[in-house]
Amino acid sequence: MTLPAFELFRPATLDEALQILAETPGAAPLGGGTCLLVDLRHRKRSVDALVDLGRIEPLRAIRIDDGALVLGAMATIADLLDSPQVMESAPVLHAACKTFAAPLVRNRATLGGNIAHASPAADAAPPLLALDAEVELQSPTGTRRLPMADFFLAPCQTARTDGELVTAIRIPISNGTPSWGYEKIGLRKADAISVVSAAAVRGQDGGTVRIALGAVAPVPIRARAAEERLGSGAWSAADIAEAARLAGEEARPIDDVRGSAAYRKRQAEILVRRCLKRVAEGGEARGA
Amino acid sequence: MERKPIRLTVNERTHDVVCEPNATLLDVLRDLGYTDVKSGCEQGDCGACAVMLDGKAVNSCLVLAWQADGCGIVTNRGLGSMDAPHVIQEAFADSGGVQCGFCTSGMVIATKALLDRNPDPTEDEIREALSGNLCRCTGYGQIIGAVRLAAARLNDSGSSPASSQSEDGREADSASRLRVSGDASPHGGEGREPDPTDHVPASDRAAKDDGEASSLREEGREHNPADHVPVFDEQADGGDGAC
Repeated sequence: MTLPAFELFRPATLDEALQILAETPGAAPLGGGTCLLVDLRHRKRSVDALVDLGRIEPLRAIRIDDGALVLGAMATIADLLDSPQVMESAPVLHAACKTFAAPLVRNRATLGGNIAHASPAADAAPPLLALDAEVELQSPTGTRRLPMADFFLAPCQTARTDGELVTAIRIPISNGTPSWGYEKIGLRKADAISVVSAAAVRGQDGGTVRIALGAVAPVPIRARAAEERLGSGAWSAADIAEAARLAGEEARPIDDVRGSAAYRKRQAEILVRRCLKRVAEGGEARGA
Repeated sequence: MERKPIRLTVNERTHDVVCEPNATLLDVLRDLGYTDVKSGCEQGDCGACAVMLDGKAVNSCLVLAWQADGCGIVTNRGLGSMDAPHVIQEAFADSGGVQCGFCTSGMVIATKALLDRNPDPTEDEIREALSGNLCRCTGYGQIIGAVRLAAARLNDSGSSPASSQSEDGREADSASRLRVSGDASPHGGEGREPDPTDHVPASDRAAKDDGEASSLREEGREHNPADHVPVFDEQADGGDGAC
């Protein structure tokens, strides 16, 4: 099946892109295209125009700014894997990127696209939720930042308005390397959409933990009840088991071709328990 | 849709083509005669259309041709010829890593991308690197063996993959053990007899008429190999919107 007809704009600057988006009815931003072009080909989405963000170099930058690791929306998954800053400051995201699709796709797929597409199974989402990341949105009238948890509204629906672009993801940098855990179940070990995924991050100071789950609800979610159960301070094995049980209860999965709801619920508990154990042990066992 | 002229440098040969905004890089490459680039799933699952785009291995079905304007592209055929195969291509032939051959071009490109970065990969690393390349003959064992053989030969010869081939593979034979027979060639020549000039793509026709690309594209559709490839429906189930 061929791609449907559309106009294609390739602006060189962000301002130009925002202007085209504002002035062109039916225009959608194009990141790496690894989801959008497939959806267009299968007529699951329709657009009148695409605004390719690939020529806007600053959108691909990875930098430290004002106590945050700032990942440009057009940074590819391969860029994140190659970034010492991501490995240093967001190893849980780095671990997720290692399980993201296949290398051919990672060279095109972008972080901003993964988030803006808002699949419940988006691989980058649970780590970013657990890292308390913010989404930076820019429109012709200004810039706003949203907590990641407020960005996802429903499957493939976000708080981004038509005139806005996701320009960056901001991850607050804590003192020292945080403890973290990441787990993903797919139908095979590589190039697989997640059936269930979980991420947990705790600051080095032994404060509260943030736990996130993917592919078990209409949007990637924080497991807040589990987080509250643990609180700060040392955790016993019973604490971890109870928190994991609560996380499993918070999961609201569905049956689909990749797994049953019951399986996902059970695995959510198991994956959160594994993540929390790793966090309790110092959390650098994998992916760093 | 307005057509636009773009410039692609494919296997060190420059093409000026005019194409529509919804033409993929895959469409245009095949129109230009680079039929070693295969059209499989057209949704980034099978890797048959893999090419190097400015040094990065990508699925050409997921790149719009306009996005490749001004870029350098290397296809499997650009890595080596029948007379001077690339070490990787030769290893695929020697290992029996080629059965029907449809996936081979993409496998070779994915292997090159792996060995460029990781000259001595573990088996797990090889499997991961090729995870986006599907072989429907299920010859994965031999394919993985081919990658190991290619890595070993490249390492033995003391040359890195990066230095062992220029973009068109002319230097590849410096590190190769040339085979006599071309029967099991990984060459992507659509069943033609081996042609020593084949490393120069049959693209003169595109050079002479920019407008030809579009009509050629339609012809190509009639022979779309996707018709013979199992449907990859993992992303199309729509079950949880995990598209």
